[in-house]
Amino acid sequence: MSFTPNIQAFCCHYTSQQTIAEGKEGLKQDGMPENVILNRLVCGGKLQISDLLKAFEDGADGVYFVGCPPDECHNVKGSLRAAKKVAAVRQALIELSVEPERVEMFHMERGFHPEFVAAAQEMNKRITALGPCPFKGDSK
Amino acid sequence: MIIAERKPVNEILDMVKDAKKVLVLGCRGCVTVCSAGGEREVEILASLIRLGMKKQGKKVKVVEGTLVRQCDREYIDAIDQWKGKYDSIVSMACGVGVNFIANLRPTTKVYPAVNTSFFGGSADQGVWTEQCAGCGDCVLHLTGGLCPVARCAKSLMNGPCGGSVDGRCEINSEVECVWQLIHDRLGRIDNQEAMNTIAPIRDWRSAGHGGPRKALRDDLTI
Repeated sequence: MSFTPNIQAFCCHYTSQQTIAEGKEGLKQDGMPENVILNRLVCGGKLQISDLLKAFEDGADGVYFVGCPPDECHNVKGSLRAAKKVAAVRQALIELSVEPERVEMFHMERGFHPEFVAAAQEMNKRITALGPCPFKGDSK
Repeated sequence: MIIAERKPVNEILDMVKDAKKVLVLGCRGCVTVCSAGGEREVEILASLIRLGMKKQGKKVKVVEGTLVRQCDREYIDAIDQWKGKYDSIVSMACGVGVNFIANLRPTTKVYPAVNTSFFGGSADQGVWTEQCAGCGDCVLHLTGGLCPVARCAKSLMNGPCGGSVDGRCEINSEVECVWQLIHDRLGRIDNQEAMNTIAPIRDWRSAGHGGPRKALRDDLTI
């Protein structure tokens, strides 16, 4: 049975700026998977653990954050803070016996880079292989 | 403030395994400041309970709330706003809050979401250290403001002991010997002679060894 994962990508304003400017069609041409939904934040420092958990509650099979390089955050430490939040959710998934690979942190330079699309493709490939998230039971 | 840490998720899930409606109840007191049980942590735990129960194939309604404090009976009354919406409360307050709910709501199931750890302060962002043991008979005026009861592994009243090496405690080299700190500080404040005073054998009844403690202020009671 074919499976198209629901992937929620959170990203900071700076790393996603050019990606957003590409528009839906442009991104499609660049190879951005259509099932990866972008959630843009002003900065990685704005990301909350509950944002990532809520994404799983709302049916995500995989969740990831794209932020600036650790030492090049526009707001100094936002990217580091985001990485800590992602790590906390990873730990929570381990505690709940769910594959921690379902949540990931990517650091990359600002602006549009093939790496932004590559991250989406990597997560799409990874989550497709893992299959539906165990949180997606029938007992909501 | 009282420092606490959230229990492992699975321990909490086991507490509420038979619950159908859970109220995750935070406290805006100490546990908010030490990021263990305030509104933000309530949001996270509620989400984890929903996800954990769903993974187990169980249906549960999780309501989120936070009280001004859980260590005051007038604020406990505010729980009534969620009447009928829960069959179990998971309290993110310190142990005092859990006890207060249990005292004042005799038929309500209440479970602790945090381990209440110690009285401490924020030494750095995300780091809390024990500073006071609440022993009920403060000696800080004799020790330069540094507490040997809370900060000496042996709670020695006459230190340092032979396990103090290079200002570090024998139990763990990361732990500073508080008696070394006391010695150094008394010197800096021109009170080093205080080190020559032998502290008498201590009466520990005020530290809880005489049973649960109670404070009564006659001027405040009616």
